[in-house]
Amino acid sequence: MTMIRAARRPETTAAAGAEPQASHDARQGHDSRPSAAAVWGGAATLLVGLAGVVCGIAALAGRSWSLSLESLFPMVGVQLELTPLGGLFMLLTGAVAVIVGIYSAGYARAGHLGGFPLAVMPIFVATMLLVPAAASVPTFLLMWELMAISSMVLVLTGHRRAEVRSAGVYYAVLTHLGFMAILLGLLLLSAATGTTRFAEISAAIGDVAPGARTVIFVLTLLGFGSKAGLLPLHAWLPRAHAESPSPVSALMSAAMVTLGVYGIVRIDLDILGPGPRWWGLMMLAVGAVSALFGVLHASVATDLKRLLAFSTTENMGFVLVALGAAALLTSSGMRDVAALALAAGMLHLLVHGSFKMLAFLAAGSVQNATGIRDLDRLGGMARRMPVTTTLFGVAALGAAGLPVGAGFVSEWLLLQSLIHRPAPGDTLMALTMPLAIGVVALSVGVGVVTMVKAFGVGFLARPRTDEAAHAREADAPMLVAMALAALACTVLALVPAALDPALRAFGRTLPVPVATLGGVVIGPLGGLGSIAPAVLAAGMVGAVIFAVALSRIGARSRPPAQSAVSLWACGADGLTSRMEYTASSFAQPMQRVFHGVLRPETDLSVVRAPGSSYDIAKMAYRERPTDAVEAHLYRPVLRLVRAAAGWVRRAHTGSVQLYLVYGGLGLLIVLVLAR
Amino acid sequence: MTILAMVAPAAQVVGVLLGAPLVAGVMRQVRARLEGRVGAGVGQPWRDLKKHLRKQSMTPSGTTVVFSLAPAVVAGSALLIAAIVPLVTTFSPLDRIADLFAVVGLLLIGTVAMALGGLDTGTAFGGMGASRGITIAALAEPTILLSVFALSLPAGSSNLGVIVAATAHDPWTVLSVPGALAFVALLTVIVAETGRLPVDNPSTHLELTMIHEAMELEYAGPRLALIEWASAMRLTVLLALLANLFAPWGIAGAGAGVGGFLLAAVLIAAKVAVLALVLGGIEVFVAKLRLFRVPELLAGSFVLALLAVTTSSFFASAVG
Repeated sequence: MTMIRAARRPETTAAAGAEPQASHDARQGHDSRPSAAAVWGGAATLLVGLAGVVCGIAALAGRSWSLSLESLFPMVGVQLELTPLGGLFMLLTGAVAVIVGIYSAGYARAGHLGGFPLAVMPIFVATMLLVPAAASVPTFLLMWELMAISSMVLVLTGHRRAEVRSAGVYYAVLTHLGFMAILLGLLLLSAATGTTRFAEISAAIGDVAPGARTVIFVLTLLGFGSKAGLLPLHAWLPRAHAESPSPVSALMSAAMVTLGVYGIVRIDLDILGPGPRWWGLMMLAVGAVSALFGVLHASVATDLKRLLAFSTTENMGFVLVALGAAALLTSSGMRDVAALALAAGMLHLLVHGSFKMLAFLAAGSVQNATGIRDLDRLGGMARRMPVTTTLFGVAALGAAGLPVGAGFVSEWLLLQSLIHRPAPGDTLMALTMPLAIGVVALSVGVGVVTMVKAFGVGFLARPRTDEAAHAREADAPMLVAMALAALACTVLALVPAALDPALRAFGRTLPVPVATLGGVVIGPLGGLGSIAPAVLAAGMVGAVIFAVALSRIGARSRPPAQSAVSLWACGADGLTSRMEYTASSFAQPMQRVFHGVLRPETDLSVVRAPGSSYDIAKMAYRERPTDAVEAHLYRPVLRLVRAAAGWVRRAHTGSVQLYLVYGGLGLLIVLVLAR
Repeated sequence: MTILAMVAPAAQVVGVLLGAPLVAGVMRQVRARLEGRVGAGVGQPWRDLKKHLRKQSMTPSGTTVVFSLAPAVVAGSALLIAAIVPLVTTFSPLDRIADLFAVVGLLLIGTVAMALGGLDTGTAFGGMGASRGITIAALAEPTILLSVFALSLPAGSSNLGVIVAATAHDPWTVLSVPGALAFVALLTVIVAETGRLPVDNPSTHLELTMIHEAMELEYAGPRLALIEWASAMRLTVLLALLANLFAPWGIAGAGAGVGGFLLAAVLIAAKVAVLALVLGGIEVFVAKLRLFRVPELLAGSFVLALLAVTTSSFFASAVG
C-alpha cells in the first residue's frame, strides 16, 4: 500500500523520519536497582538452567525417570517423564538459561531489569523445561500456558511505553490463538485414542481415522507454528522480541520458539507418524514461505532487535523445511536422506539457539551502553565496545551461514538432503526439491545481506549519534556470558560431530531416523558430498596469513607506514556522519528489488515556510515495509470479528429485564437439551 | 594417492597467483585492441601490482582492523578456493574437505569481507558499493546453488573432483539441455560475482556507477595490490573451474604421471586464456546495465538454472 501525503501540516514539524526512538531499557525497567537482587535473580535462572542441562543430558543418556503427582491437580494430575526426544530440547533450554542467567546478573546490576522480571525469569525457564518433560496432554497444556503467561509478564516489563503494551497485546492474542488450535488438536487426539498419556496415545494411534488425523495435524501445525514464529501467526514475534528486555529476548528466541518445533516433532512426526505426502509438502511450504518472508523483512529492518527477531522466523522456517523434507522423504521410502534432513533440522535448531542468543545479548549490551537499538543511529561500536563487537561478529557470521560460521554445517546438511536423485517417475519430488533449494538459497543469500548490514552499519563505520560515540564496554558478567555463547557457536561450527551422541539418542524413539555427522570430514549417508569444517577453518586462517605475507613483499623498500591519515573520500572535505550510508540506505536496493513483497508504505510530509506558498521549511520522508500477511489476513478477520461484535451488541440494550429474559431462555434451552 | 596429487594443490595456488594478473591483462588488452587502442600490454597488471607494493601502507583514521584485514581475507579465500578446486587433477587430497556448496560459501566470504571493508571507512561511496555488491551476491546465490544441483545430479556427488572426473569420463553429458542451461547460468553469476560487464565496469572512473571499485576507493598501496590481485585470482579460479566443469579434457586422473600433470597444467592455462579472450571480446559489445536492471539479469539466470535442474532431475528420475 503506497500512501503519499503531501500536506501543509505545521503540527507535524517533528519530522516523522527523525522521530526519536525511545527504546532505552533504563526507561523500561523499574527504578529499584538492587545489586543483590540482580545476583540472586541471575543465580536462580542459572541454577534452574543447570538443572535443565543435567536432566537433558540424563534423558539423552537413556536414563528414564517419571513422576506422577495425582493430587497436584484435581481429576487429571501432573505427569512428568524424561524422554530422549524432550531431552535435546531440555539441554538447549537449560544451556541458554545458564548463559542468560549470568548475563542478566550484569544487565540487572546496571539497572535495566527490576526485581519483578528477575523473579519471573527462573519461573519462565522452569516452565520451558517442563514442557518437553510433560507426559500427558493436560500436563503439556498446563505447562504450555504457564510458559506463555510467564513470558508475557516478561515482555511487559517496560509496560509504561505504548509500543511495549501493543507488543503485549499482539503476543497475548496470537499466542492464545495458537493455544486454542493446540488445545483443540490435542483434545481431539485424546478423545480419538481414549487416553491422555502420550505413551498410550502413541500405542493407540492406529485406531484414529485418517480424517481426524488430518484435522489434528493441521491444528497442531498452526498452533505450534505460532509459537515457533512461523507464518501465518508470526506477527507477535518481531514485536515481542524487540520490545522485551534483551535477556528475555534471548530466552524467547533461543529457547521458547524451539519448543514450537518440539511440539511439531512430538505430535506430528513422532505420534502421528510421517503421514501422507501432502503433510510433508505442507510443512515444507510453510517453512519455505516463513524463511523467505522472515529474511526479507529482516533485510530491510533498521531496528537491530526486530531484525534479529525476523531472522528467528527465517531460521525456524529452515528447521521446518528440514522437518517437511524428512516427512516427505520418509513417505517416498528414502530413509537415509530423510535421516539427513532431520539431523539438519535438529542441528540447525541448536546452532540457531547459540548464535541467536549471542546476537540478542550483544544487542542488549549495545542498548545498555547507548540506549539505541536503531541501526540508523548506531555505528562506531567497534572502537568503543571492541569485545561486544567481536562477539556480535561471531553471531552474525553464524547467522549468515557462511563457512567457518556456526550456521554453515546445518544449512549445508539441509541442502545435501534436498539435492538427490529422485526415485524413478517421482515427478512431485523432482519438482519440489529444486524449488525448495531455490528458496533456501535465496534466503541464505538475503541472510548474508542482513547480517552484513547489522554488523557493518551498526558496529563498524563511524558513530552516527552522540550516544553511540560515548558508549562504554559492557560489564564483566555480560561479557563472560557472551563469551560462553560464542564458545558454543565456535564448537558447533568446527566440530558439529560432537553432537552425534545427542542426535543418535534423540532419533532412537522417532519413526524417522536421524543421521549422525561422523568425524572431522562430514560426509553423511544419503548425502552427495562431504566437508570438513575444522580443516576449512584452519585452511582459511592459513590462507589469510599467507595473503598478509604476500602484501609484505617489498616491505623493506617502502616508506614507513602511516596510520590515522584522513580519508580520501573522493576528495571531499569535512566528512560528517550524516554522509554515511545508514541501514535504511544499505537496504534500499533490497527494498526496491522486493518491492512487491515488502510493499513499503511511503509517507512524505512537507512543511511550507510561513508566509510563502513556494518555500519549503521542512520535509520529512519515511518509508517502511508493511506486513502483507497482517494486511491481507489479519485485518479482514479483525473486521469480521468487529462486525460480528456489532451484531451481538444490538442485543445489549442495558435493560435488566431483557437480560433476565435472556437468562431464563438460556436456562430453558439447557434444561431441554440436558433432559 | 600419489605424491604428485599431494603437490597439486600447492602447484594450483602458485599457478593462480602468478597467472591471475596475466588473465586480467589479457582481457584488458583484447578490449583495447578491439576498441582500436594500442593497449598497455598483457603484463600491465603485474607492473601495477609491483608499483602498489612499493608504496607505503596507509590506514585512514576511524577505521578498524576490519578495514586492514579485509584485503587479506578476500585474497585468502581466493587462494583457498584455488587450492581446493580440481584444476590439474581430480585426485586432490583437499577434495573431500569442501564440496561445491562450500566453495560457493568461501567465495561469499570474500564478498562479505570486501563489503565490510567498504562499510568500515564510513564514507558514502564505501557504503554504497557494499550495499550494491552484497545485494548482487545475494541474488546470485540461488542461481549458483541450483547450478550446483544440476551438475551434481548426473555425477551423483557435489564434490568437485567427482563431478569433473565424471564429466571427463563421459564428456557428452554436458552437451545435454541441462548442461547448456547450467553453463549459461553459471557464466552469468561468474560475471556478476567478479564484477565484469554488464553488471559492473571494472575500468570505470565514475563513482556513482561503481560497485566493486566503490568499496576499494579508500585502499592504497600494498592493500590495494592485494585487492586487485585477489579479484584477478577470483576471476581466474572461477573461469578455470567453469572450464573444467564443462570441458575437463586432459585433466590428470588417478594414475597420471608427471607428463600427465604437466599436460593438464598447460591445458588448463590454455582453456582459461581462451575464456579470457572470449569474455574480453564480448565485453566490447555490451554496455553496463543500470543497477536495477541487474536483478532482471540474475532472475533470468535463476530461471535457466531452475530449468536445468528440473530437466536434469526429470531425466534422472526417468532413467532411474
